[in-house]
Amino acid sequence: MKPFDYIRATDPAAVQQAGGRIIAGGTNLLDLMKHQIETPATLVDVTRLEMTEIEQSENSLRIGSLVTNSELAAHETVRRDYSVLSRALLAGATGQLRNKATTGGNLLQRTRCPYFYDTTQPCNKRAPGSGCQAMEGANRILAILGASDKCIATHPSDMAVAMRALDARIEVESATKGTELLTMDEFYVLPGDNPEVETVLQQGDLITAVHLPAAPAGRQSYRKVRDRSSYAFALVSVAAIVNTEGGKITDAALAFGGLAPRPWRDSGVEEVLIGEAPSEALFDKAADVLVADAKGHGDNDFKIPLARRTMKAVLSELTGVS
Amino acid sequence: MKVTLNVNGEGRELDIDPRTTLLDALRNHLDLTGSKKGCDHGQCGACTVLVNDRRINACLALAVMHEDDEITTIEGLGQPGALSPLQRAFVQHDGYQCGYCTPGQIVSAKGMMSEFDLGWPSNVSDDLTAIPDFSRTEIRERMSGNLCRCSAYPGICAAIEDAAPEEGLKNTKAAE
Amino acid sequence: MTEHLKMDKVQPRMLDETGQGAIHKPMTRPEGPLKVSGTATYAAEWSLPNMAEGVMVRAAITKGTCEIDESSVKDMPGFVGIYTDRMVRNSAQGTMGTNPVQPEGEVHYLGQPIAVAVAETLEQARDIAQSLAVKYTPADGAKTVMDDSTEFEDDDDPVDMGDLDKAMSEAAFSIDSLYTTKPHNSSAMEPHAAVADWEGDRVILRGSLQMLGFNKNELADSLGIDVSNVRILSPYIGGGFGSKLGISPECVAAAVASKKLGRPVRVVLHRNNVFEMITLRTETRQRMRLACDADGKLTAIGHENWQTNLPGESMAEPVDVATHFLYGGENRRYGQHIARLNRSASGAVRAPGEAVGQLGLENAMDELAEAAGIDPIEFRVRNIPEKSPESGLPYSSNALAQCLQEGAEMFGWSGRKGPKERLEGEWYLGMGVASAARSNILMESRANVTLNPDGTALVQTDMTDIGTGTYSILGQIAAEMLGIDPSKVTVELGDTDLPEASGSGGSWGAASAGSSVFLGAKGIRTKLAERLGCSPEELRLQDGVATGANNRRPLAELMDGPITEEGHIEPGSTSNDFEQAGFGAHFAEVAVNKVTGEVRVRRMLAAMAAGRILNAQTARSQVWGGQIWGIGTALTEEIQHDRRTGHIVNNDLAEYHIPVNLDVPDLDVHFVDERDDQSNPMQIKGIGELGLSGAGAAITNAIYNACGVRVYDYPATPDKIFPHLD
Ligand SMILES: Cc1cc2nc3c(=O)[nH]c(=O)nc-3n(C[C@H](O)[C@H](O)[C@H](O)COP(=O)(O)OP(=O)(O)OC[C@H]3O[C@@H](n4cnc5c(N)ncnc54)[C@H](O)[C@@H]3O)c2cc1C
Ligand code: SF4
Ligand code: FES
Ligand code: FES
Repeated sequence: MKPFDYIRATDPAAVQQAGGRIIAGGTNLLDLMKHQIETPATLVDVTRLEMTEIEQSENSLRIGSLVTNSELAAHETVRRDYSVLSRALLAGATGQLRNKATTGGNLLQRTRCPYFYDTTQPCNKRAPGSGCQAMEGANRILAILGASDKCIATHPSDMAVAMRALDARIEVESATKGTELLTMDEFYVLPGDNPEVETVLQQGDLITAVHLPAAPAGRQSYRKVRDRSSYAFALVSVAAIVNTEGGKITDAALAFGGLAPRPWRDSGVEEVLIGEAPSEALFDKAADVLVADAKGHGDNDFKIPLARRTMKAVLSELTGVS
Repeated sequence: MKVTLNVNGEGRELDIDPRTTLLDALRNHLDLTGSKKGCDHGQCGACTVLVNDRRINACLALAVMHEDDEITTIEGLGQPGALSPLQRAFVQHDGYQCGYCTPGQIVSAKGMMSEFDLGWPSNVSDDLTAIPDFSRTEIRERMSGNLCRCSAYPGICAAIEDAAPEEGLKNTKAAE
Repeated sequence: MTEHLKMDKVQPRMLDETGQGAIHKPMTRPEGPLKVSGTATYAAEWSLPNMAEGVMVRAAITKGTCEIDESSVKDMPGFVGIYTDRMVRNSAQGTMGTNPVQPEGEVHYLGQPIAVAVAETLEQARDIAQSLAVKYTPADGAKTVMDDSTEFEDDDDPVDMGDLDKAMSEAAFSIDSLYTTKPHNSSAMEPHAAVADWEGDRVILRGSLQMLGFNKNELADSLGIDVSNVRILSPYIGGGFGSKLGISPECVAAAVASKKLGRPVRVVLHRNNVFEMITLRTETRQRMRLACDADGKLTAIGHENWQTNLPGESMAEPVDVATHFLYGGENRRYGQHIARLNRSASGAVRAPGEAVGQLGLENAMDELAEAAGIDPIEFRVRNIPEKSPESGLPYSSNALAQCLQEGAEMFGWSGRKGPKERLEGEWYLGMGVASAARSNILMESRANVTLNPDGTALVQTDMTDIGTGTYSILGQIAAEMLGIDPSKVTVELGDTDLPEASGSGGSWGAASAGSSVFLGAKGIRTKLAERLGCSPEELRLQDGVATGANNRRPLAELMDGPITEEGHIEPGSTSNDFEQAGFGAHFAEVAVNKVTGEVRVRRMLAAMAAGRILNAQTARSQVWGGQIWGIGTALTEEIQHDRRTGHIVNNDLAEYHIPVNLDVPDLDVHFVDERDDQSNPMQIKGIGELGLSGAGAAITNAIYNACGVRVYDYPATPDKIFPHLD
């Protein structure tokens, strides 16, 4: 860890003034700072800010960015109306980590790519221009969708996958643009030529909350496939909300974890499903769309069929088709 | 940097490098070596302490960020001669072997019980909205953030089940 | 006085005669209250006045040389020094007793220790270690993968009995399968740590080490000093599993830095360093060839293996060790081939040999049983030989058949069905079995036992307790022999100034150190018998009272002061004249998800025959440990090396997956009552590694029984299973 100036922010303006690196739960940032993957000169502690509330209004839920993963998962409304989110949170990390991890921090946690973590190795994300050692290396846990020839990292969050399916919007306060509400599509940037850029946030920008629209109709599910039964990141995960009426799928929202540099959602998949009667053949068609552009890199080839199978099983579960 | 930490009910003043984690502050500066360092990166649970009654990994916390918090470590739960029910049960059920993960397991179990008290669900709860069952499977999932390479898990679970009533576990189906 | 025994002949079963009742039964650990309250002191927890902190620096290249540029960090806050002298390349192999390779500026693998950065505080030392400029000159010819193009060193003397090829081609049934296992890491929860301090020319090292008698020589040799100038203290060890058999780089680094600085230095390995600098279990390829006749009698056994190590390392994983004596069959062939690679060194990890060798053997046995259409338990029982099939030696004891049969009964084996015949929701269910076998070993060991007139006793030896229960059982043995309550016995361990013991490793600790305590106490009994005027055989000791020759006296009356006797055990001819091993049977029931290929273990049973059981509670914990390690080896544990650089990609506990609590179902342990008269004067056998041997194979055999997918490439992660399911 490099030495840093520690600043305890008392209001959002102070965060922008300080212009340093924000720390919330610290469960990702400190991990990376110990390896000197992150070396902020100034650390701005935002944990004393008033961003700890979950506010409910008629057709939305506003989750303060400091709400911990535990509190969010256990919140009555979330458990009842947004169960996919509760499930995703509970499938992530551990009791201890969830007690510390915050909503804002979880969205911004960085990849678990092993070469990103080893500072002796080239990595375009950590050291832009140095190369991607994962491309032809050990990439079992890395991306098959949305990657570039510069980086095939995955975004490791479970929570964000559920939020993506729930059409969450991220509230950001920035010095230049004031308060903005961004869709997750707008918020996360695909790696392209600059894998070091992961979101549209600028230095000093503060995530203040996440907004969920009114609880969706239909059934919800979060399914996570992993190497051990608990305390492991997803190989593949699926967050799904599906509504059926009169034997037809009327609404479908599917987001995927473990597959891409950001929580993945493909409207093409949903278009295949909506308006149709659920069937194995239909699910196959949707799966074809999901993996149409998927590209394996050796060790992670298995994710392509695994994503298909998992998605189909989730759809079967939610529609009752076996 | 000067900080005051409230550990096991006692205010302790320290002058530390801001880089010092809560775990290193306890172990290297306050001589409270009961909290263990197994990985230093949130991957094992050996460093589990309670902060305001919630269990966290002390290795992924900066000491300076916990000035106003109440910190409880294994030393605060009980000492030889005056062990807590959980500590006694771990001895009774051989809920350890080498003992290195043990303080973390016990503090984590304590924290887990207060999560049960609040009715928090877990990833293995069938019904998210129901009061969770104090079942083996629930305990196993909730204790999965504490690795034990000696693999004392069966003894750990037995100890937790045994000590729960004496530790005052409330609000579970078992207690209904 | 010393009570000495060389184990040349069967000894009377004294522990069946003594009446204190301190052994056999479950007993809680005397050091338990310290462990559960966080007051047991592990190596890194010694805080000495004016102590400096050291952090290891790892090499960033695979092969070549390095030059350290100290000036790059000299001005950093808290800088104390950078030391490279005598740096060892990796941890010492178990029972080596000499220095590990000291490569002096050469780099042999990525992640090798090349220096230690010492500073006033840990935070400063860590920053300095990471900031240190190192100039590398890479060398050509680094080898980083074991594949068909690799050059192998072959063992000189492979066994080749009969004609394996012929037997294979003529057999009614045969299988020829290739199994592969990935490298494993010990992952003891306490990272390796050392606090070094010098008193003149003598170094005092507080370390986390399993075998102090060897370790003191390794450290002395590494430092170039006389062994009399080394004292090692290791009273509490946070798990070993082979990784702390030999001294590790931080011991030498701390000692060198402390000597130069004239102040205590603490060096704790970062978890990444533990993965890289400490020996791990090699990957293996195993070719299994088995053949049997129409009645299911084995006619041929072939077990050939390929593995890797760093150049200069003597250890080879004895993959086929149990195959030599477990089953019959006249035609037998083995062979071991070692690739020398520029990757972290291979060494002993819990149950070296058996842990992986029995994955190959016991899966192959299942394959052949199926081919022959015989129940896997029946098939194994039919092939238990009368005598050890290669050496012709009699078994000291062999209760394999009993373990298999009693276990089958307890487990409900008769309810087993065929692949895909039991489906519960998305889950296929199945059962599997595997034999367990682990060679039993006795090592030279010494201990002092002191009995005080007040009925308390003291046991002293440099033996260690790595969690195996040494504090408990040594106290129990002394208590039983001396007729006092175990709570009256104090056990002092882990100090090289005490009599030299076997150390903890190879599952020989309880037998070896235990026998030395047994003998010390026996010596005391002889003295007490003399004072009471009876023969030692007549003497009865119970609850602090001695009885014999119509005499009955409390110890206090019989003794005018403490009596101290040294016990000294040495292996003798019973080690050579008998095939000594613990045997057992593992049973597992698993569920395999038909969508994702995820496997969950539903329940396990271990039926174990390991001679006399000293403490049913700590012995059961040891077997639990073995069963759970079996879950890890079968399902999740796998070191991944980068194919180009050879470095360990998953060098932490987030991505090297040891089992978590939820991975572990209810586990049953059944001990078959047994006495092994040839093993040692207590008739016990090792248990710690027996519990792992074969455990993983029972799980993969159950996977096959559940879903019809045979796991040839361990571990059975979802990607190995689901592609074979429809
Ligand atoms: C061993 C281990 C296992 C894990 N397993 C899982 C898992 O299975 N699934 C999963 O989803 N996660 C997992 N996690 C990750 C965990 O969920 C994240 O570390 C956590 O959510 C991060 O939240 P935090 O508040 O601690 O973030 P911090 O570490 O405080 O911050 C992370 C990043 O977000 C920035 N940031 C934080 N808050 C704000 C804000 N309000 N505005 C702007 N920027 C901000 C910080 O500057 C930093 O860059 C695991 C972590 C560990 C260590
Ligand atoms: S995949 Fe991305 S994070 Fe991983 S090595 Fe390549 S550039 Fe770095
Ligand atoms: S030391 Fe904190 S989780 Fe391992
Ligand atoms: S008791 Fe040794 S790691 Fe848990």
